[in-house]
Order: sequence, then C-alpha cells, then structure tokens
Amino acid sequence: MSVLEMRHVSRSYGQGAAEVHALIDVNLSVEAGQMVAVMGPSGSGKSTLLTIAGSLEEPTSGEVLINGIPLTEMSRNAKAQLRRRYIGYVFQDFNLLPGLTAAENVALPLELDGTSARKARLAGLKALDELGLGERAGNFPDQLSGGERQRVAIARAVVGDRRLLLADEPSGALDSTNGEAVMRLIHAACKRGVAAVVVTHDAQLASWADRVVFLRDGRVTDQTMPAPGPESLLTPGSGQ
Amino acid sequence: MSVRHALLALLSEGPKYGLQLREEFEARTGEVWPLNVGQVYTTLQRLERDGLVESDDAAQDGPQKRFRITAEGGRELAGWLRTPPDLSAPPRDELVIKILVAMRVPGTDVHEVIQVHRRYLVELMQQWTRVKEAEAESDLSLALVVDAELFRLDAVVRWLDAADGRLKRAAASPATGPAAAAAASPATTNKQPKQNKETGVSR
Repeated sequence: MSVLEMRHVSRSYGQGAAEVHALIDVNLSVEAGQMVAVMGPSGSGKSTLLTIAGSLEEPTSGEVLINGIPLTEMSRNAKAQLRRRYIGYVFQDFNLLPGLTAAENVALPLELDGTSARKARLAGLKALDELGLGERAGNFPDQLSGGERQRVAIARAVVGDRRLLLADEPSGALDSTNGEAVMRLIHAACKRGVAAVVVTHDAQLASWADRVVFLRDGRVTDQTMPAPGPESLLTPGSGQ
Repeated sequence: MSVRHALLALLSEGPKYGLQLREEFEARTGEVWPLNVGQVYTTLQRLERDGLVESDDAAQDGPQKRFRITAEGGRELAGWLRTPPDLSAPPRDELVIKILVAMRVPGTDVHEVIQVHRRYLVELMQQWTRVKEAEAESDLSLALVVDAELFRLDAVVRWLDAADGRLKRAAASPATGPAAAAAASPATTNKQPKQNKETGVSR
C-alpha cells in the first residue's frame, strides 16, 4: 500500500475566463522508503502538488489517499492530527520559529499533538543528535548557519513517527556542500522507511530520488526509469 | 585528457614501473578512466624520447623497466598544471545542434525533444548520485570525479530548461516566434560564434 497516492488530481483557481489550471489529472504514488522528486520550472504546479499531498489544500477533483485512506473521508480534526503526527514538512526558508531553540522547534509538533513537554523534548534532542546537531540543541535559529537550520527543519519533519516527508526546494538556499548534506539526511530518512516527495527545479537535488517525475503546466509529462546500479558507470568502456 | 601529463604527475612522487603507473592512474581518477597498458608504454616511450622521463636501463624493455621524471619533465608538468584548458571557443555541441535543428523540422515538437534529453540526463545524474552515495564518501578522487560529472550534466539540464522557457516565450510572442526566427535565419547564422572544430562533439 502506498503511503501517498494521488489519483486524477486536478486543481484550478478562479472561474470562467480567469480560470487557472494549476494541476491537471495528476497521478502519483509513493511507497514507504521511496523518495520521489517532482521536477519542473516555476509555475508548473509543484508547490500546489505538495500542499494538496500534505492535506493543506483540497483538490478541485480527484482523490488523495494517505496510507490507503481517502482524505475526503477524514474529518477536519482527523486531518489536522494526520498533519501533526504523520506528515513532516521541509521548506526552502526553513520556517523555524525564531523565539524557540533548535530543540524546542523540533519538539513543538509533538507537544502540539499532546505529548508531554518532557517526552517531546527528549524526542527532539534524539532527532537532533541523529542529525549531528546535539551540541546545537540550545541555540536559537539566528545562532545557526543556513545548513544547520535546514538540518533542524529536517529533524522537526521526521521527529516522532512521521512516515511522509514533503519537501519544497529543501536545499534551494544552501551551497552545494550543505545542499548535499540535506539530501543525504532525507535519503537516510527514506532508508528508515519514510516516504518522501521533494519538489524542485534543481536536477542535482532531484538526482537523489528513486524516481523523478516531470511536471509541466500542471501535468505530469514524463518520469525517469529506475536507474541501474553504480557499477554500470564504473565498468570500463561504459558510461563515458 | 592528457595521459602524458598524468604520468608525469605520478612520476613526480618517485620512480615507478609501467604497470604500477597504470594501476595508480586508474586509482587516482576514481577508476572512471580505464587505461590500457599499451597506452602507458607508448606514452612513456614518447616521454623518454622527449627527455621528460628517463629509465633505469635504456636497453631493457617491458615491465621490469623503472621510470623517473627529469628536471625538464618537472618543468613541463608545472607549466601544464597552471595552463587553463582552452575553453574560449564553444565546442560543437551535438545537443545544441539537435535543438536548433528540431525547431525547423516540420511536425516536430521541440519541447518533446528537449524532454527526451532532459530525462536521459537526469537518469544519468541519478546513477552518478548512487555512485556518490555508495562509494564517494570513502574515496576522495572518486568524489571529485563524480562532482565534476554531476555539475557538467546539471549545466546541460539547466541549458535545456532555459531553452524550453525561451522557446515557450518566443512562441507566445509573434516578433520572436519560430516564424520570425526562420525569417532571420541567414543573419543569425552569420552571428554564430566561431565553432571550435578540434574540440569536436562534446561528450
């Protein structure tokens, strides 16, 4: 069963002559442990796809299923709980709360979901530790570098038992070394069974994914075939 | 790529045998540039002829012969390391030519042609990223080679994205649309930068 499944999803804004079709008949499914990149230029519908996948917005038509359950069958509260417990978000501009420390930022979604402050803090510290940020747990976002802030945002996105990670240009504001570090972390989360959707215009970032889906003018136009293993490039006479 | 200078670089560390040079060359280039042993010995013979390396015994041939760099070879190597490769003229890039041609072929959707290449390039990048993920952490040379490959392929994808956007905008504007481009063809052809014929088709 897919962690995320989008069936014939369309989304339009406005009406009549002013109607804009942001997504048109999009089908996408992501299994546990899989990273799918959605690649397209600005205005192709990437961010709309992500907000619909994360139940932050509803499609005009079509269906979104999380773990096999259609979002339309969930109450508002159930959807809010799903977002807090099950889905993690990573944005280009980190979206950390400036008045909270790194550990408090990471613990926040758990606390909002009713976990005790102590337990949430311990889970937050553990998540930070796993991403090599244990010593920075007490720092505020403005005391962290861009790369560290994004690692905190990833810790927040995977803390607890989140199974679906949705990332919007997660390394867009970072240099290539920090960008690679961020992608390695998302990849590592997938290896632990998390399903991830990364939307980006950046091919280097997309190349970390198991599958790359191309979005143009709101439609999925193409996708990459599963890549053969590394050995195909390292065999003398091939891949040159 | 200059095998000649790569061998000089390896010999700058100390005297070495031909087979040893081949193994070290492949190890240093992350094993992505295989080199046959014949190529190594031919190159060493030329280097010796030019006075850039010398061997233990000029009369003996084959694997038992050990080579060392000469002072002249050291100067040649230092000069080569500091000479930028010739990137002044654009290479005759097969992909650029394909897109330029696709614009003029009736019944051809240039955006579809672009996507075919974009997908292929991203698939290649996925493979290189797997290499990076699997092995490059522990192998610095390989990591550098993989980075170079990824940045090179990324540049081509970016160009395709830019071309895609530019063609879309041009199609929407009658002044610069395909018809206008075709009409202006002779003039624009003359304005093309000089092609570097020696560079040939880029990889």
